[in-house]
Amino acid sequence: MNPLGISRFTVTSSLGRGLQPHVDGLRSERSGLRQRPFESSTLAGWIGQVEGLDQPLADAFKDWDCRNNRLADLGLQQDGFIDAIAHARRCYGADRIGVFIGTSTSGVQQTELAYGERDRALDRLPGWFNLRTTQSTFSVADFVRLRLQLNGVAVAISTACSSSAKVFASAHRAMRAGLCDVAVVGGVDSLCLTTLYGFNALQLVSPDICRPADARRQGLSLGEAAGFALLTLDDGSSEFLLEGYGESSDAHHMSTPDPEGRGAAAAMRDALQRGGVEAHAIDYINLHGTGTPANDLAEDKAVVALFGSGTPCSSTKGWSGHTLGAAGILEAVFCLLCLREGLLPRSLNTREKDAALCSNILLQSRTAELRRVLSNSFGFGGNNCSLLLGRRA
Amino acid sequence: MSLAVDINKNGHPERSLQFYVEAIGLAAPGLPDWRSAEAVLRGEQAFVAAELPPYQPERLPANERRRATPVVRQAFRAAEDAIRQSACDAAELASVFASSDADMNVLHRICSALAEPSRLVSPTDFHNSVHNAAAGYWSIATHARRTSTSIGAHDTTVAAGLLEAAALLLDEAIVLLVMYDVPQPKPLLDQHPITSAVSVALIITRERIASSCASLRLTLEALNDIAPTTCGDAGLDVLRLSNPAARALPLLQTLAQQRNDRVLIEAAGGRRLRIDIETLA
Repeated sequence: MNPLGISRFTVTSSLGRGLQPHVDGLRSERSGLRQRPFESSTLAGWIGQVEGLDQPLADAFKDWDCRNNRLADLGLQQDGFIDAIAHARRCYGADRIGVFIGTSTSGVQQTELAYGERDRALDRLPGWFNLRTTQSTFSVADFVRLRLQLNGVAVAISTACSSSAKVFASAHRAMRAGLCDVAVVGGVDSLCLTTLYGFNALQLVSPDICRPADARRQGLSLGEAAGFALLTLDDGSSEFLLEGYGESSDAHHMSTPDPEGRGAAAAMRDALQRGGVEAHAIDYINLHGTGTPANDLAEDKAVVALFGSGTPCSSTKGWSGHTLGAAGILEAVFCLLCLREGLLPRSLNTREKDAALCSNILLQSRTAELRRVLSNSFGFGGNNCSLLLGRRA
Repeated sequence: MSLAVDINKNGHPERSLQFYVEAIGLAAPGLPDWRSAEAVLRGEQAFVAAELPPYQPERLPANERRRATPVVRQAFRAAEDAIRQSACDAAELASVFASSDADMNVLHRICSALAEPSRLVSPTDFHNSVHNAAAGYWSIATHARRTSTSIGAHDTTVAAGLLEAAALLLDEAIVLLVMYDVPQPKPLLDQHPITSAVSVALIITRERIASSCASLRLTLEALNDIAPTTCGDAGLDVLRLSNPAARALPLLQTLAQQRNDRVLIEAAGGRRLRIDIETLA
């Protein structure tokens, strides 16, 4: 496929606001995860919480005010992203810039709060609750569109934990189809009781900090993040490129990956084929690596089937936790930072690698010249996406 | 599939995507499936908005059938209807599942549980709460391993679904598009009244094939104040506005009437998606 330029990108997570704290966090091996409860949650465990989301949105967006849109707003304000989009708006026009935002739970926390104040006699939610501008899946995409003063094609993609990887594929197609000239892609997912108690009910949350690929890993730690990128036609000016994407479905189970990793392998193979490269051209794989026993084993089988045991790989969820619908963009940005800095990050918090895992999971970070990397995101419903990201040679 | 650039009356370029419809599925009050709905949509039979009886998906394995919620069943109802009329193998289809609110009944149960001191969230409810639940069940039921994208765009979900599915034809020869929503439980119904259960499925192809029944051309119009196309029948128009998926009804009427016509539906940001329909003999 024709690559796209990734001309701007930014991310905000528990590691901090914007790119710099993420570079610093990777280099100093400082995790954003903390052992603390989230708001009224009584669950023990580690979370990757973003600080400073207690201020409401500006008056113009007060209908849109909820934790998820506050996180989107905070994320958009980093690394000059809003200015870059204002410039793009002048170049292309507001109706020629598409918006593709991934989220799994959008502003569900607002609905949780509303149910806490529900009038049971009348079965009515409080007057301040607005489903369309907060809870609705589309809310965050529409908010980003309005906040950036855009009026092009706009959609929320919600395929659970692959959502904000899939936005790159959808944007690539929309640009080829002529639906837009450039695209804002991104992902936003925020902590809420629904996911904390829901993953807990599925017994997928680790009581310990998330330890991907560890012999005694016990599950995931949840986090939150907002990330965005501006995709443009490749005119030779962008240092970073979207060179391929791959998508597949497991057709196996709603909340458990295919134990053989066939869907994961199909997505990675599709990304390589679309990028026109062989497996040996990949210098690093950012694994989905949630730290659940089932995910890490299935993904390992897929990686080994395609790449053997040589290609360096790691999950960065020991830094950020699993940010669900934002994991795709967060980990794509981690990959871009690794390409930029020449960094191969280790699997943070992994003490002893599970002997059953045969891929080359990095236990020590190191520096290396990187040209092409792969980023994996897999979601409930067996929805898989793999992105091939590159740095201009 | 073809892409075209035309100059509109204001001198601006207009880009459009053209592709083919191979099969249609429908499930809505008074419109239980595409074959029996055709006469109503052609105006040959009166529309009576009778609720449909509960649906048992044909293709779901027993385990998944037990867990599938009403919104999943609603999505399956139209998708299975389309597949029954299609020459295509369901396992070979890429898919786009488009829903404004997906499973508000599950959300209601989860948020109600979270408001109790015990906060006991059902694990099945939680895995059914993802927006792509229907798509996940569909891929399990049909062994479809190709790409599947689930989207939401509130009341503009039909326009977003058509655009997403049409663009996917750049990568995939055949795409199943399923658009669906069901009524929410009481406290959420006040917020975004979806008062009927509706699903619409289209199997679309990049190239014209023997079983193609129509050609569609999509154009996202510049911002204007032209009203979306209505159904021309009071009862059907109530249905059109009662569910985001039912915004596809004017398109389905034109397909049923085998006319060549133009339909406008609402898209994000107050824009209109123009659909130029050409019936194929």
